[in-house]
Amino acid sequence: MAARRAPPANCPAAQSLNLELMQEFLFYFFAILTLVFGLLVVASPSRRNPAASVFFLVLTLVCLAGLFVLLHAFFLAAVQIIVYAGAVMVLFLFVIMFLNVQQESHRPRTGTRMALSVLIAGAIVALLSRALGAASASPAFPQPAVEGGTGPLGTVLFTEYVLPFEVISVLILVAIIGVVCLGKKELK
Amino acid sequence: MTTLNPMTPDVQFALYSALKIVIAMAVLLSMVAYTVLAERRIAAWIQDRVGPNRVGPWGLLQPLADAVKALLKENLVPAHVRKVSYWLAPMLVMIPSLLALTIIPFGSTLGLQKMVIADLNVGVLFTFGVAAMTVYGLVLAGYAANSKYPFLGGLRSGAQMISYEVAMALSIVPVFMLVGNPEFSGWIADRANAWHPLLANTSPLNLNRVVAYQAGGFFHWMLFQQPLAFILFLVAAFAETNRLPFDLPEAEQELAGGYNTEYSSIKFALFFMGEYANMIVASGLIVTLFLGGWTLPWFGLNHPAATFAVGLVHIAVFLIKVVAVVVLFIWVRWMWPRFRYDQLMDLAWQRFVPLALVNIMITAVVLWAQ
Repeated sequence: MAARRAPPANCPAAQSLNLELMQEFLFYFFAILTLVFGLLVVASPSRRNPAASVFFLVLTLVCLAGLFVLLHAFFLAAVQIIVYAGAVMVLFLFVIMFLNVQQESHRPRTGTRMALSVLIAGAIVALLSRALGAASASPAFPQPAVEGGTGPLGTVLFTEYVLPFEVISVLILVAIIGVVCLGKKELK
Repeated sequence: MTTLNPMTPDVQFALYSALKIVIAMAVLLSMVAYTVLAERRIAAWIQDRVGPNRVGPWGLLQPLADAVKALLKENLVPAHVRKVSYWLAPMLVMIPSLLALTIIPFGSTLGLQKMVIADLNVGVLFTFGVAAMTVYGLVLAGYAANSKYPFLGGLRSGAQMISYEVAMALSIVPVFMLVGNPEFSGWIADRANAWHPLLANTSPLNLNRVVAYQAGGFFHWMLFQQPLAFILFLVAAFAETNRLPFDLPEAEQELAGGYNTEYSSIKFALFFMGEYANMIVASGLIVTLFLGGWTLPWFGLNHPAATFAVGLVHIAVFLIKVVAVVVLFIWVRWMWPRFRYDQLMDLAWQRFVPLALVNIMITAVVLWAQ
C-alpha cells in the first residue's frame, strides 16, 4: 500500500526509485513485526504472563506507528505512540501489577473455550477476506482529503467534524464521571 | 566537494546523518560522564567538602576511573529476578534519551547541513512520544527485580511520569500557539533569505521554528514571552527525569534504593547514565523551547550561519546554554528536600494541570484580541 503512493514530483528519477524500494522494504519490515508481536501478545513464551503480553502489545503499537509514518500520517503516528503505547499501555500494566493478575495463567484450556476461540477467529478471518474481496484492486490509489500533517488535520477536525469531535469529548466526560462514582466509597 | 566523487543526494544524506549521529552521541556520552563528575564536585562544594579530586588534575579523569570500576565489578544477577526483563530494562532506560536527541537543533547550519539529526515536522510531538517510552525502562526494572521495594519504585516512577507528562505537554501548548501565530509567519516571510535553508517546508511544531521565533531579541525568548509555561515545563522536567525534589522512584531511605536495587556493576551504571542522559536531553529541550536555542540576541548570532565559523559558534552557544541548565539541575538537587508522594501527585494534578490550562486560555484570548 505504501509503495503504491506516488513519490513527490520534484524527486530525481534515481532517488525516487530508491525511495520506493526503501518504502516497500520498510512496509514489509513493520508489517511482519506487527504480526509477530501481535501473535506474541496472545502466545507469549513466558507461560502466558500478562505483563509480558502488555510489553508485546506496546511493541505491536510502535510498529503500527511505523506503518502510519509510511502512509505519511505523521501526526497519527506520534499520537499512536504518545497516547496508546505511552499512556494507555502503562495503565494496562498498572492494573495488571496492582491486581496481580495471575488467574489467567492457571486457567485450563477446556474444549468449549478452544472451540469458541476457533469460532471467533474463523469469523474474523471470514469478515476480513470478504472485505478484501469486495475492495476493488484499482491501481489508482485515491489521494486522501487530508495529508498527514497536524495543520490540515486540525482544520478538518475543528470545522467539518466539530460536532462528532465534541460528542466524543462528552463521551469521555461520562466515562470520567463513571470512574469517580465507582471510585468513591459512598456518595453523599 | 568538487574533488570528491559526485555523490547522489541520498548517499550524501545518509553519510552526513551518520556523521551527525556519531558526533552527537559522542558529545552526549562524554557530557554524561562529566555531568556525573560535576554533580559530585558541586555537591561537595555545597556541603563544604572537597569532592573527588584524586584522579588527574582537579579530578578530571574521575569518569574514566568510574567507568573502569563499573565494567570490572562482578555482574551479579540475583537468582529470583525475571531474566529477560532484567536484561532489557537498563537498555530501555538509555534508548529514549538517545532518540529524543535526534530532533533537537543543536546549531544552525554548517556548510549546507542543518545541525539537527532528524528535521521532523511533528517535532515536539516526537519528543513526547519518546519521553512516554522512558517509563517502560523503569517500570520494567521494578518488575524484573521481582522483589518488594524495587517494584514499588517502578510503580512510583510509572505514576509520576504519566502525571507529569500530562502537565508537561499542556504547559508547552501556549509556546506553539505563539509560534503558529500568523503574525509570526509574516515575520519569517520578511526574512525568507536568511531563514529559508532552515525553515523551508516546516510546520509550526518544528523546533527550528521555535528557535526562529526567539531570534527576534532577548525578550522574544519564550522564558519572557511565556514565563508560566517555562516554570511549569522546568518543574515537570525535574519530575520526568526523576531528579530531586521528585526522585521518589529511587528514594533510598524508603525503598532501600528503588527500582535499581537489584542491579549491580555496568547494568546499574546504565541506569545512572540513563538518568544523566535524560537530564542533558531535557536541558537541551528547555534551551531550545525557552532560552533561544542556538541563537544569541547579540553579535549578529540571531540568524542562521552564513559561514562555517559562525556555525561552530552557534553550536558552542547551544552547548554553553545546555551546561548552564544542567548546573541548575544539579544545584537544585543539593538544595531541596524530597517531596512526599501525595504532595507530588497533588502538585501535578491539582496545581500544574489547571495552571497550564489557564495559561492556554489566556494565551488564546490575547492572540484573539490582537
